[in-house]
Amino acid sequence: MRDRLLDEAAAELRVPEPAAGAGVIESWDLSVGVDGPGTRFVVFTCGCPLRCLYCHNPETWRMRDGRRVTVDQVMTEVDRYRRFISVAGGGVTVSGGEPLLQPRFTGELLRRCHGGGLHTALDTSGFLGDRASDALLADTDLVLLDIKSWDPQGYRRLTGARLEPTLRFARRLADLGRPVWVRFVLVPGHTDAEENVDGLARFVATLGNVERVDVLPFHRMAAGKYARLGLTFPLAGVKPPDRALLARVHAQFAAHGVHSV
Amino acid sequence: MTVTEVRTQATAHQAWRGFRGTTWRGSVDVRDFIQANYTPYEGDESFLAGPTERTRAVWGQVSELFPEERRRGVYDVDTATPSSITSHPPGYIDSERELIVGLQTDAPLKRAIMPAGGLRMVENGLAAYGYTLDPKVKEIFTKYRKTHNDGVFDAYTPEIRAARRAGIITGLPDAYGRGRIVGDYRRVALYGVDRLVEAKRAELRSLDGRFSTDAVIRDREELAEQIRALDELKRMAASYGYDVSRPAGTAREAIQWLYFAYLAAVKEQNGAAMSLGRTSTFVDVYLERDLAEGRLTEQRAQELVDDFVIKLRIVRFLRTPEYDQLFSGDPTWVTESIGGIGADGRPLVTRTSYRYLQTLRNLGPAPEPNLTVFWSPRLPEPFKRFCAGLSIETSSIQYESDELMRPAYGDDTAIACCVSAAPVGRQMQFFGARVNLAKALLYAINGGRDEISGEQVGPACPALTGDVLDYEQVAAAFDRMMDWLAETYVNALNVIHYMHDKYAYERIEMALHDYPVKRTLACGIAGLSVAADSLSAVKHAAVRVVRDATGLAVDYVVEGDYPAYGNNDDRADAIAVNLVRSFMDKIRRHPSYRGAEHTQSVLTITSNVVYGKHTGNTPDGRRAGTPFAPGANPMNGRDRHGLVASALSVAKLPYDQAQDGISLTSTVTPDGLGRTAEDRVADLVGVLDGYFDAGGFHMNVNVLDRATLIDAMEHPEEYPQLTIRVSGYAVNFVRLTREQQQDVVDRTFHGRL
Repeated sequence: MRDRLLDEAAAELRVPEPAAGAGVIESWDLSVGVDGPGTRFVVFTCGCPLRCLYCHNPETWRMRDGRRVTVDQVMTEVDRYRRFISVAGGGVTVSGGEPLLQPRFTGELLRRCHGGGLHTALDTSGFLGDRASDALLADTDLVLLDIKSWDPQGYRRLTGARLEPTLRFARRLADLGRPVWVRFVLVPGHTDAEENVDGLARFVATLGNVERVDVLPFHRMAAGKYARLGLTFPLAGVKPPDRALLARVHAQFAAHGVHSV
Repeated sequence: MTVTEVRTQATAHQAWRGFRGTTWRGSVDVRDFIQANYTPYEGDESFLAGPTERTRAVWGQVSELFPEERRRGVYDVDTATPSSITSHPPGYIDSERELIVGLQTDAPLKRAIMPAGGLRMVENGLAAYGYTLDPKVKEIFTKYRKTHNDGVFDAYTPEIRAARRAGIITGLPDAYGRGRIVGDYRRVALYGVDRLVEAKRAELRSLDGRFSTDAVIRDREELAEQIRALDELKRMAASYGYDVSRPAGTAREAIQWLYFAYLAAVKEQNGAAMSLGRTSTFVDVYLERDLAEGRLTEQRAQELVDDFVIKLRIVRFLRTPEYDQLFSGDPTWVTESIGGIGADGRPLVTRTSYRYLQTLRNLGPAPEPNLTVFWSPRLPEPFKRFCAGLSIETSSIQYESDELMRPAYGDDTAIACCVSAAPVGRQMQFFGARVNLAKALLYAINGGRDEISGEQVGPACPALTGDVLDYEQVAAAFDRMMDWLAETYVNALNVIHYMHDKYAYERIEMALHDYPVKRTLACGIAGLSVAADSLSAVKHAAVRVVRDATGLAVDYVVEGDYPAYGNNDDRADAIAVNLVRSFMDKIRRHPSYRGAEHTQSVLTITSNVVYGKHTGNTPDGRRAGTPFAPGANPMNGRDRHGLVASALSVAKLPYDQAQDGISLTSTVTPDGLGRTAEDRVADLVGVLDGYFDAGGFHMNVNVLDRATLIDAMEHPEEYPQLTIRVSGYAVNFVRLTREQQQDVVDRTFHGRL
């Protein structure tokens, strides 16, 4: 099962990106305070080269399951919220799936939003950070960078992929001085080891461009989605972290001078 | 100058020491007094005081009675004394410790009977809780004195009765007090009763030269009743040892006078909603003067507000189980309007606006008083953050658009009930409950036959034929059915309000209004999202009709997708907008009682559950019996793009075609507002700014986890103060019926996986 999923993930890397001006998305949504600061118009792109055990958007894994849209179409939708976002505070977030699987589409969305005065955020695992051009990053006001584990073996177990590209991307963002919120999903038994958290905290502390670390408690609310898609939720037996564990992890980040929430 | 006038002037001189302004001195004009004397406050909450031992003790004493009340439905009832302003001897919670005194009866939580509205309501209400009506009272109100309820049923037509029975026009105030009339209770504090009586006498004299037509006779009699009620108010206050004939001289007196005036209203009227008005900034003038004079400390100022709010929290009425089904959780809608911006651009936020809201912390969350913040993006930022923070903590606040109300009604406007705005003391409404638009659509399809009973309720016209509904045909038939509905509805409301004025006139509330008063006929619609989605389904998908043996359409099969109201998608939202416009047009075509201006609301309170229960399968795919969405909300679960998209759909509904208010109840999980406490506050402020900027009228904000509610259903004893906003008001969650609780749990919780 896992092997099949990982093969499928690898295959996503070979799916050609749609022609210029178009992309494949799962949906769009309005969220508040969870995909970057304030009210966000969030575009969920389709297709992802990772298969994280705790993934809560399995419907976005394969590009072929998504809906083909043009950048113009998405911008028309964004425009309906421009006024609200300008009054309420917020912006546009490109999330996924993995938005950098479609760098041309993602880049164009970010460019058009950023050029139109909207705050832009890119929510990515960083695994395909090499595909993000400097121009794309210049149009990105904030990168929400998922560093899923510090331990390379743990990272591979969790995601099926290598950790190194993400770290390389993180360093590049630091060199470019782009603001970053690191996201770290705390999964008991998978990412909660003290040395894992410690390593990540130490790394983040060296970067200098990370405004905060979001410690996201693992939850099982996606189990229903898996069932509907005929998939098994691999972490069905894992309990969400308790308060004590969360407190310990926040304390570890704090010990390295890293602001975590 | 009479002796009374001389004495009034002397006491007024002392009572009004230090006050500025002139217009309000010469005529009854509380707004002018506020504008001339209030101090806007743009700082933060740090000055506020917590609860004192005294406050805790008094609140503790009354709180101890709540579990028993919850268990039995009512704590106690006086079954022998029809309530009036002076009917009961003084009552206290703890006479040693209370700062503000006065109860509806002689003991806390003891309910009174008010048979003038309808004897059946009283008898059924008593029977439901194991009490029997005193035979003497029954004799009086059957043999010698007619009630409002009797009058209405004398004049209802068979058509109105049928529409009422079928549940297409429901919740009508034909067996209970109509309520929603907000006296300007502040007048009693500012002027004292004697001065108000003088003004009323002058109004009465102004009619001396008018020929005695129906209208003039009625006005004279009403003014005479108002004067009588003011006199009774003085006597009631005197029984507690206070002389309210003169103006209040201190903050404590101002709150006490104001409360006595309100108390007089709730002793005499079992109105559906008995709202307070807009009092915090008025009271602030007195509190600030006392603070400046060294009479008060901040702690004492807060104590006075806390004690006042304790009284407002224990207003009780005897109601029937049928009433509770419509308006669940024993609400009284002691709505207090707070904040907003004045016509001159100064915020109407004062320290006392904060003090009122602080009661949610000092006494814990509670549904009453119904704290209503008039929101404007221009409100001071610290106040916005304070309100948002309290909403997140307590889910006890509703927000209404100051930017929509101020231009329509001025800056001394208050909400009656949930979303009905009117300038205080200048305008009153004839409350008209609502019609069921979703059912009207089914009647259109079925040629006026009821989809559940099969009876011909609406006008007999050909039922729609064909396997698949045709949009043009459905729209045309629906339009005709709404014509009939609007006519029958206004017909019924005119009867109701004629009889209410005749048999259960609100003497004291109207004594605290200007003469002549402006009146509105407040109609309403329910089932808007069901009707709009049904029409969208017919238009954009294929809706196959399932008919029974008699040819009655009883079910619908939707093939394909359709855009649903609540996703900021004009294809569906425009249908809802058109329904609102079109029904309002139809309402306006029918003459209203006493020339009242026609208005409507898109509000259900909790009756969305009952409406749903009485409505068959609908073409949007909703199953028979399933609750409607509350108010103007999109149907549960169909608003798929989050709170903002959902709210923006609702914001499109035109307020100028629904001036009695448009209600949106939003529920968001704490995580759905942000990851940190500060983020959540900032984000909620942003959402409110954005929604009201977009033209939204009202938002109930609940910040809750579904899990909390489910746990509260199982362990109510652990959540005595869990408060949630339902539709225009708040309730103790644990006091809702199981069915209502389930409805709340099933609503859309905006959050993200």
